[in-house]
Amino acid sequence: MNKTAKLFTGIMLVASLTLTACGAKNNNGGAASPSESPSASPSASPSASPSEGAGTVDGKGFKFAMVTDVGGVNDKSFNQSAWEGLSRLKDDTGASVKYLESKEATNYLTNLNKFVRDDYNLTWGIGFLMGDAVKDAATKNPKAHLAIIDNEVDAPNVASITFAENEGSFLVGVVAGMMTKSNKIGFVGGIDIPVIKRFELGFVAGVKAVNPDAKVTVNYTGAFDKADLGKAAAASIYNDGADIIFHAAGGTGNGVFNEAKERNKSAKPDKKVWVIGVDKDQSLEFGDDVTLTSMLKRVDEAVYRISEQMIEGNFPAGKNTTLGLKDDAVGLPETSTKNVPKEVLDKVEEYKQKIVSGEITVPTAK
Amino acid sequence: MNKLIRAFTKDSALVPLVAIVLGLIVGAIIMLIGGYDPILAYRSLLETVFGNRYDFGETLTAITPILFTGLSVAFAFRTGLFNIGAEGQYIMGMTGATIIGVTVHLPWYIHAPLAVVVGAICGGIWGMIAGYLKAARGVNEVITTIMLNWIALHLANYLVNRFLLEPGKGRSYMVDDSASATIGWLSRFMDDARMHWGMFFALLCVIFFYAFLWRTKQGFELRVVGSNADAAAYAGINVNSGVVKAMFISGALAGLAGVFQVLGVFHNQVIAASHTGHGFDGIAVALLGGNTPLGVLLGAILFGTLSYGAAGMSFGADVPPEIIRIVIGSVIFFVAAPGIIRWLLKRVSGKKRKEEAI
Repeated sequence: MNKTAKLFTGIMLVASLTLTACGAKNNNGGAASPSESPSASPSASPSASPSEGAGTVDGKGFKFAMVTDVGGVNDKSFNQSAWEGLSRLKDDTGASVKYLESKEATNYLTNLNKFVRDDYNLTWGIGFLMGDAVKDAATKNPKAHLAIIDNEVDAPNVASITFAENEGSFLVGVVAGMMTKSNKIGFVGGIDIPVIKRFELGFVAGVKAVNPDAKVTVNYTGAFDKADLGKAAAASIYNDGADIIFHAAGGTGNGVFNEAKERNKSAKPDKKVWVIGVDKDQSLEFGDDVTLTSMLKRVDEAVYRISEQMIEGNFPAGKNTTLGLKDDAVGLPETSTKNVPKEVLDKVEEYKQKIVSGEITVPTAK
Repeated sequence: MNKLIRAFTKDSALVPLVAIVLGLIVGAIIMLIGGYDPILAYRSLLETVFGNRYDFGETLTAITPILFTGLSVAFAFRTGLFNIGAEGQYIMGMTGATIIGVTVHLPWYIHAPLAVVVGAICGGIWGMIAGYLKAARGVNEVITTIMLNWIALHLANYLVNRFLLEPGKGRSYMVDDSASATIGWLSRFMDDARMHWGMFFALLCVIFFYAFLWRTKQGFELRVVGSNADAAAYAGINVNSGVVKAMFISGALAGLAGVFQVLGVFHNQVIAASHTGHGFDGIAVALLGGNTPLGVLLGAILFGTLSYGAAGMSFGADVPPEIIRIVIGSVIFFVAAPGIIRWLLKRVSGKKRKEEAI
């Protein structure tokens, strides 16, 4: 028994050492050593990223923080993107930054309060789900400043940031409409909620603007974390003759990429199928042979910019800011040039100008 | 009372204490390897929990649900049932309380108690389903409770989404103030921490747990069923009704955890993508406490302290959350391992030994 116990403890120790080694590597971008992952993916920034030239503000002495939702800071989505924004802010301005992960919904408020009570200049709540907690923390601490992504909180000391996903989706719709050979295009959505609806409406409008004959098949899978559902949805849409699918479905979308890759392995070159990625530049993760382009949603840009305004002294407290094409907060990544011909990109630029100038109003959902 | 103390010290209180210390040491080694200061980290943990009134109050709030679910799992254990379904019963408790809190409008002295009772009954019925299947059809409760967890999650999501949803919020409407279990003056005293009646109820349930199992005929019967179902049947105890009854009480205890999360902490119910984990923590708490009332109380305090203090380690010592999870995991591992091993040994060789002893 004694021997077994010793052996077991030994195994445990070795196992924990190995695990820690892996863990530590992943965490280099974390709170402890934020020296890495400053400008997470410079190549991913839309052409004219205004913040990059403006990184001369001195933010020493300013303290910024963010609280993730249950997804955690390495979720490959908006939490991670937000932390990349704050890390870049630290490098550019010298402000100090920190994050706390929420293990469950009860932690939202306590984590926010930790920063608020420690007199942080600005505390971010990342994600729609934090709405109530941000509101609560803001009302009880009227002198603190908070900000939230993807939700609107009505309080005088909170800045609410939402995105015009419909505008960016319009542009990838233009790409899809011009590049489809079969005139059949697919859209795979996660859950049917307003934010995803904005992707769909914008995309369909974009396709119709350049190619009124094209047919767009819309499929909501009902989940953001079921790759198998995404794969099944993609299979049925591709079987129907479609050659391009735009997904706005988080992890479910990984199945869409998977299906497209398998098809391209055996298909003739003229039968090649494409996927349009979402949120981040997904060609970096899934490769250029299947990713036509991506609809970027620059959470990092939003976090960076609003925090910077805090340093400059014009924090948009109590306001709801919708970031769209004119702010370069949504759009196409620069890597699009690899697969999208120049004349299509020119057309995209043309539509972008029209949307920015207000000549075209993209349908949206509330 | 003597029996209570003996029940707790019988398996020697030393085992869990050593386990906690071992877990903390392994955690410290891991932090050292990761390049973090373990002493600073543990100090931040304690400071977070006891540092000021707000954090102390929130720690109590974090302890409350796992004390309920710990009692729930321990109660089922005492009757020889492994209730893995505390999670689902917790969700049903939440749902019951939310439905009453949102849709019914009554004066506070009826509304809040009604929401509590309905939530507890919802949890109880959810547990009773597994108990009934076991009693009438012989289906193993481990399997049914796990499956019922998922049914509960999606049923609750459906109910909230279909009938209680506040448009554009992704959650139910807020429950009426008259149904709220928040203690206003205590919250103000605790610097706005979310204090509610749940913790006092949980303490009452600890007493109930002891009084019912060790001081009533029914409780005695349930314990006999748990020790040896055949002997119980031979002695004229109705085993099947005992199983159903035990699962109802166990489910009601877990349901109360959900009730007070709704009425005391959130005041609404979100459409949840996954389980909260309170029910599963309850299993560890029950094991840690050796299925005794006092032990479960201490186990829940340890768990709540660790999970709430974890944010402090991240905040004060910059330890990334992944490493904190390893630290907590190793504490749980060392704490639970002797319990699991002892339990397994008992299961495998228990019958033989008892025969020899007699």
